Amino acid sequence: MKSSVITFPGSNCDRDMDVALRKFGFKNKMVWHADAELPKSDLVVLPGGFSYGDYLRCGSMASKSRIMQSVINFANSGGMVMGICNGFQILVETGLVPGVLLRNKYLEFICKNVFVKINDKKNKYFKNVDNEVLEFHIAHNEGNYFCTNDQLKEIEDNNQIAINYCDENGKIEDKFNPNGSIKNIAGIFNKEKNVLGMMPHPERMIHASLSGEDGSLFFKNLINNLK
Amino acid sequence: MIVNEQVAVDHGLKKDEYAKICELLKRTPNITELGIFSAMWNEHCSYKSSRLHLKKLPTKGKKVIQGPGENAGVIDIEDNDAIVFKIESHNHPSFIEPYQGAATGVGGIMRDVFTMGARPIANLNSIHFGSPQHKKTKNLLRGVVHGIGGYGNCMGVPTIAGQTSFDSSYNGNILVNAMTLGLVKKDKIFYSKAAGLNKPVIYVGSKTGRDGIHGASMASASFDEKIEEKKPTVQVGDPFTEKLLLEACLELMAGDSIIAIQDMGAAGLTSSSIEMASKGNLGIEINLNKVPCREAKMTPYEIMLSESQERMLIVLEKGKEEHAKKIFDKWNLDFAVIGKTTNSKKIKLYFDEEKVADIPVNTLVENSPMYDRKWKKAKLPKKNKIKKEDIKHLKIVDVLKKILANPNICSKEWIWQQYDHTVMGDTIQKPGGDAGVVRVHGTDKAVAASVDSSAVYCWAHPLTGGKQVVCESFRNLISVGAKPIAITNCLNFGSPENEENMGEFVECVQGISEASEYLKFPVVSGNVSFYNQTKDEGIKPTPAIGGVGLIKNYKNMITMEFKEVDNLVLVIGKTEGHIDQSLFARNILDEKNGPPPEVNLFNEKNNGETLLKLIDNNLIKSAHDISLGGIITAVAKMCIKGKKGISIKKPKYLINEIEYLFAEDQGRYIIEINKKDFKKVADILDKNAVHFDELGTIIENELYINDKTKVTIDELLTSNKSWLTNYMSK
Repeated sequence: MKSSVITFPGSNCDRDMDVALRKFGFKNKMVWHADAELPKSDLVVLPGGFSYGDYLRCGSMASKSRIMQSVINFANSGGMVMGICNGFQILVETGLVPGVLLRNKYLEFICKNVFVKINDKKNKYFKNVDNEVLEFHIAHNEGNYFCTNDQLKEIEDNNQIAINYCDENGKIEDKFNPNGSIKNIAGIFNKEKNVLGMMPHPERMIHASLSGEDGSLFFKNLINNLK
Repeated sequence: MIVNEQVAVDHGLKKDEYAKICELLKRTPNITELGIFSAMWNEHCSYKSSRLHLKKLPTKGKKVIQGPGENAGVIDIEDNDAIVFKIESHNHPSFIEPYQGAATGVGGIMRDVFTMGARPIANLNSIHFGSPQHKKTKNLLRGVVHGIGGYGNCMGVPTIAGQTSFDSSYNGNILVNAMTLGLVKKDKIFYSKAAGLNKPVIYVGSKTGRDGIHGASMASASFDEKIEEKKPTVQVGDPFTEKLLLEACLELMAGDSIIAIQDMGAAGLTSSSIEMASKGNLGIEINLNKVPCREAKMTPYEIMLSESQERMLIVLEKGKEEHAKKIFDKWNLDFAVIGKTTNSKKIKLYFDEEKVADIPVNTLVENSPMYDRKWKKAKLPKKNKIKKEDIKHLKIVDVLKKILANPNICSKEWIWQQYDHTVMGDTIQKPGGDAGVVRVHGTDKAVAASVDSSAVYCWAHPLTGGKQVVCESFRNLISVGAKPIAITNCLNFGSPENEENMGEFVECVQGISEASEYLKFPVVSGNVSFYNQTKDEGIKPTPAIGGVGLIKNYKNMITMEFKEVDNLVLVIGKTEGHIDQSLFARNILDEKNGPPPEVNLFNEKNNGETLLKLIDNNLIKSAHDISLGGIITAVAKMCIKGKKGISIKKPKYLINEIEYLFAEDQGRYIIEINKKDFKKVADILDKNAVHFDELGTIIENELYINDKTKVTIDELLTSNKSWLTNYMSK
């Protein structure tokens, strides 16, 4: 399986993602934002970080990078595109997934483990994951997902919510919402579910000595689904 | 502008210093030259009050690759890997403008580390605020935390440990000390010593603006009521540009184009160019019209004294300019050839085709003033006798809860949750433990780091306090299973012109020297921050020690949370019942006098090294050093983190229960072992003449003392966790 991780100026989880993808069997290539062409890929990842310093608006300048036209074309032709954290912010700026990401409700950066409930398994990202709940790790300042009522209805009608913040038993309540996201949304798909944007960082949870191992579970499953 | 004595005094120079400048130059300096002298000769850059005493610090050791004198210290961690690290203060700017002050402090120290070719892999910080009741404290704390996070998070370097304290002596002078560790290959370390003639001098990074002019001079003076006017001397940070600068520098460093490299920190272009020339025993010539400027019509004076951030000065091999420029173009950074090295041993500056400065380099560096300031020796205070009637009404559980909720003991989760502590995917011990630990990427090794200070002990008796801080750092590293290698120190004091403050400095440095010498824990880098005082009142002496240690196999790392019910809990080291200056004495008995706990270096070393032996033999399940709040506080924290309880039986000592549980005697640890290993453990401890007590057994959910006192761990957790969150949300 071939993957590509895009490095924007200010990306800082690109190496971590590269390490994770390789660990679980992807042949990964790092792709520079100013390149025009994507290498042949089964998966394209927009990594976390602070592309363009998060100046103007998180993800907005990166969404206009030269490489992004190729990424958008790739996504529109059904290619798998995953945006993590800042990558998610870039995805909403391109319009590949609906909604926006506002500043966290308490106006503070937050770095901690959270639980997320998988809302939909009829997609290549979460198909065959045995667990209903995963322990993931978040580290962001602008992860407060928001969209209009009409958009929300459409998202729900199409089952586009990927994961919601919850407790360890999968209970989705306001008190388990770390950033004020509407409906505790931690990640969403596009309509066709080949594009996933999510705030949590599975790449930081790939070893028992790190924050946990549910990231390993996620990547192992992902590569199997792509085979 | 005509330069005279008054202009020099306005620049923070003393009258006799100005006379010396005129004598050295054999003429009156022009305004640009005066600005350069004032920047190089201020306390912050010249160490004029401290140099004499810093010489006492032990700086050599088998593992030391580079001691003080470079951008940062370097130690050997085997297999051609080395760790570059340093701590630095950003106190004055952080009080004036907390967000930017703290942010640029973090940015500055990271630059010091990657200037040497190392990729930063961990940040730490030691931050100290005034009394929680003081009207400025909350906003300063919030601003500083946001600033540290804002910069470090954007850089993608995890903040893995730190220390926060509150004390009214910081009401008018907060402390913000930032530390960074970087990883480098031993044969790819870069230094700041220029070499060779006619080599191009390159400016890279951000453009130069009018921010931070005279920042270093500001940091060399006390505060008064005009403090707000100093805001323009605080630099503004741009972590995004620094991230690009980091990547671009490392890319250039992969080749062999660089002769010397130096970041532009305090006193900007002035100190960086002069330091490179001075170390290389060369001259340097700069055309200031070539310096990329952010603002129009900047004068030579402003260009030389600007402290705009995210800039570097590089001496390149000739002919490598195009290659280097390509890299900086790729990262969208300014790149300019601004001068060359010469054999004149002078710094010569040109602007609009006129020579605007011509100063022999040695007058700025070797001939800078050095003072043997007067200082007063501190007496060891008399011990207090605790009266029985003062303590007999105390309920241990109430006291424990109060101590756990004390601002200096309580959980600092509110702070470190705002720092990205997991980016880079190698953090194996997060903040909240004895030390932060990161794996050395792609290997089985791990590096542990902690930062400590004990202002109260240093204030009560500077010599003992100085020793104690080094020992505490040593213990914190051992508690996570790391072998301590070296330290960096940030020496925060009041005015060196005050005999008592100067005495505190001299004796703390003496204490640090003695302990680091004895423990073979040398000082490889550091920084001095004087004038932490408002009007006539100085802070409590606060030397902060950043310690670094190595864990050969990260799987052998130890954490502090209790692991398993039925395991035994021992206290390593003897408890004598020293209560003076303890958290208990100061906060429960309201007794602020008396000596700090004595430091016995033999016991520190022996107890620590023996614990490492136990760890090497896989006999330790959890460990935690005993510091503020004594045995019971240490145990309570291990219970809280491990969600386990303990049944404690006080050993039959002559001291009473309160003294046993709350005393802050040094050289002690709590360890958890499996019952079946008891004999093995006891044998090793006995063989090494290490005193130990059997403290109790791990149980579920509750803490018992001698079967009578009882409290649930949940209650303790609430006491420990809620203070800071409540304080910040009010």
